[in-house]
Amino acid sequence: MFVQFSTWDIVRNLLEGGKWTLGLSLIAFFLGGGVGLVILFARIAHNRLLQSLAKAYIEVFQGTPLLMQLFIVFFGLSLAGVDVSPWFAAAAGLTLFTSAYLAEIWRGCVESVPRGQWEASTSLALSYPQQMRYVVLPQALRIAIAPTVGFSVQVVKGTAVTSIIGFAELTKTGSMLANATFQPFLVFGLVAAAYFILCYPLSLYAKSLEKKFHVAR
Amino acid sequence: MAYQFDFTPVLDNAGLLLTGAGFTLALTAVGAVFGIGLGVLGAVCRAWKLAPFDRLFGLYVEVIRNTPFLVQLFFIFFGLPSLGVKMTEWQAAVLAMVINLGAYSTEIIRAGIQATPRGQLEAAESLAMTRTQTFKHVVLRPALAKVWPALTSQVIIVMLGSAVCSQIATEELTFAANFIQSRSFRAFETYFVTTAIYFVMALLIRQLLIQLGQRVVVGRAR
Repeated sequence: MFVQFSTWDIVRNLLEGGKWTLGLSLIAFFLGGGVGLVILFARIAHNRLLQSLAKAYIEVFQGTPLLMQLFIVFFGLSLAGVDVSPWFAAAAGLTLFTSAYLAEIWRGCVESVPRGQWEASTSLALSYPQQMRYVVLPQALRIAIAPTVGFSVQVVKGTAVTSIIGFAELTKTGSMLANATFQPFLVFGLVAAAYFILCYPLSLYAKSLEKKFHVAR
Repeated sequence: MAYQFDFTPVLDNAGLLLTGAGFTLALTAVGAVFGIGLGVLGAVCRAWKLAPFDRLFGLYVEVIRNTPFLVQLFFIFFGLPSLGVKMTEWQAAVLAMVINLGAYSTEIIRAGIQATPRGQLEAAESLAMTRTQTFKHVVLRPALAKVWPALTSQVIIVMLGSAVCSQIATEELTFAANFIQSRSFRAFETYFVTTAIYFVMALLIRQLLIQLGQRVVVGRAR
């Protein structure tokens, strides 16, 4: 049985895969942001133990390949008796990966708030949570927006690696189509174009935000 | 939970893993040298607005930075042969790494070149330095010294990213791990050890490049 694929069939299937890439990116980015916030607070806490734990977490995720992280989540969770689908492993792995990078980016932003601001708010007898809430975080947030949007591009690109554990997103769909159609040049060209369409606007937006905030400072 | 960890299949095959690690390091070394070389070329074209190369490099940088490395690799290894460009999995892996690192280092080094103070160029001119001398000693060295930490991080990112080269059967570290895993069914143990090896390699490369930067790039720039 041979099925003929028209170019439209290829595009249609890639769009289907693209939906999963988009969904996975959104989940990883927002969940990763949530976990990253927790890591951030541990990283900048006064408690030494919390600080070192958060630092180790960040270093491990930044110092190992995303592919290995996915393998370990995928195979590790099934050892623990949890039945993991590639979809769950992909989302969990990418969330952890994203959280480590975002925590590190945000730590830089918090630390770039001038010391004087901390001292001033201490001398106003603000408690640590109050300092954070009213003085430091609002300023850090402004600085953080551009690099955070910039990092979202890395998240979208990171989802491509989940194809290796069998999650049928854009790249995996592309591989299957290339095998079925014998047109790898066309298919991977289209796959690359699809990632570009997802990522380039984010890159441009990050760049324009950077310019905007640099002028404002 | 009754799972018994068993690292013996991994330890029995330590030789395979170490060979794989060696190949990963070799891939990274070649990729880094040519990638940074390409980056210098791109950065010069971009910073000095050498038409039409500045536009071409601009396009190249955007395309590479906005698509995943894995897709670039697949495009080179599976896609290019239909244009008659055939290569082995090693050539494809190296080419993909050079092209990928080249794009990132173009942007990184360009930032360094553009941060050259005008006064330094004028000073070089008044000392009757030739264009080549000025470029070598006043522009490039200090630029590389300034952005060396960023380049170091990028080389490590590329090294970690090379794990996906196993997908086109380049026999590097992850390929060795997949091989051991498929023979022993000890997936968790295998990947745990492999991850540790990558982590150590990342630390080593960082130290090595920092030392190299101090000696070669920063040292004589002063």
